[in-house]
Amino acid sequence: MSSRMRTALFLISALGLAAIFGLGFRNLPPVGDYRGPYGNVVSQVAVYERHATDVVNAINYDYRACDTLGEEFILFASVLGVLLIFRPSPAKDEAKGKKKGEKRPPQVEDELPISDTIRVGMMAMAGLMIVFGVYIAVHGQLTPGGGFQGGVILASVPLVVYLSGNVKAFDKIVSTPLIKLAEFCGAAGYAIIGTSALFFGAHFLTNIVPLGTTGDPFSSGTIAVISVAVGLEVTGGFVLLMEVYLREVIDERLENES
Amino acid sequence: MIFAHVPYFVAGWIFLWGLYGIVTSKNLVHQVICLTVVQTSTYILLLAIGFKTGGTAPVFADIPVGTVVVDPLVQALMLTDVVVEATVMALLLSMVVKANELAGTIDPEELKIMQG
Amino acid sequence: MTVLQWTILLLIAAVAPGIVLSRQPKEQVVTLSFYGLLFALLFFIFQAPDVALSQIAVGAVMLPLMIMLALTKMRRQNIRREREARK
Repeated sequence: MSSRMRTALFLISALGLAAIFGLGFRNLPPVGDYRGPYGNVVSQVAVYERHATDVVNAINYDYRACDTLGEEFILFASVLGVLLIFRPSPAKDEAKGKKKGEKRPPQVEDELPISDTIRVGMMAMAGLMIVFGVYIAVHGQLTPGGGFQGGVILASVPLVVYLSGNVKAFDKIVSTPLIKLAEFCGAAGYAIIGTSALFFGAHFLTNIVPLGTTGDPFSSGTIAVISVAVGLEVTGGFVLLMEVYLREVIDERLENES
Repeated sequence: MIFAHVPYFVAGWIFLWGLYGIVTSKNLVHQVICLTVVQTSTYILLLAIGFKTGGTAPVFADIPVGTVVVDPLVQALMLTDVVVEATVMALLLSMVVKANELAGTIDPEELKIMQG
Repeated sequence: MTVLQWTILLLIAAVAPGIVLSRQPKEQVVTLSFYGLLFALLFFIFQAPDVALSQIAVGAVMLPLMIMLALTKMRRQNIRREREARK
């Protein structure tokens, strides 16, 4: 089927799909007229039952914690998939002509030199970003934030270090086993917290840790703990992805520097 | 009355444009990015379903319990969706990189021909 | 629906075809980053601060980063293949 015929066929079926959308959206309630009972009930009840002021995170990590467990394992499986696809194989290294101690000519064309302003500015930003990321991840149950957001902010810190030209520091950060440990602890921690509820006679993923006072950082039981676990896993996952893609570039730059 | 349904139509419009991009694409990376656009149309749909006129954000840190808030459940769905989308795109992109290494091209038409 | 909500929805509906119709991934990356920031603004206007935080960090930083890293890796593979074909 040639591409022109494919486009024509798609346009005809898109018209049909648009008609189905129109018929379907006609009977939805108009935007702004929310009728469902669940949202109203949860907003009234969540603060008193769980001592958490951020209702969205209370839903994510407590009322519907099982869904979040599944989605976190989607994240874990995707990172695992990428690591598997890019695993180094000995046949490939031989094909690249890699001998010990041989210096290959630089394959990247001339790069712009990094100015001192960028270097100093990025290093200053890295410290601020770490503190900010930890703050957002820990205060998930009080204000908008939580594990996912804090984890992604923390994962941008090695990127900032790399962009400031400091390849040696970037290599040291991403090659430690600490990153893999963080991801493993995050993913397993969530499941372990869930199963530990079974030992106390409650259902899987019940909130068994004592709820503190509302407004305290250490309140609302397992919501805070699960939030930290998710933050660890998201950080570890994204930093591992960056390392896998940038492995060749780091090795080459370190060779050229030494 | 038809004006209040406009967000749903915007979601449908973006969905159809993303599908058009996937069907008529000549570059695998372009296809993956159009898949991202299709995924963003679902955010608009969910957001429009949960919105309440005059409602505020469902965070009770500084407002008393009982004020009118928008629906927190659809926001919980969207939150994890946003992060998972990025990692699934990373997996798809790694498959594209592998295809480029093995076949030498990232044109979907030529990939079919080289198959057999 | 207020004027602000109308504006941001129409702006998003106008940028989405722009991403699809720019056929080079290098151009699409910049447009995608802008689209992600527009979505973060949409989430703020529709009273969803949690999702807006996620979208800023992921849609404007991580997603274009992944795409650019994949493009870099493919460019190096092509250069290496040309170099070996010339030998």
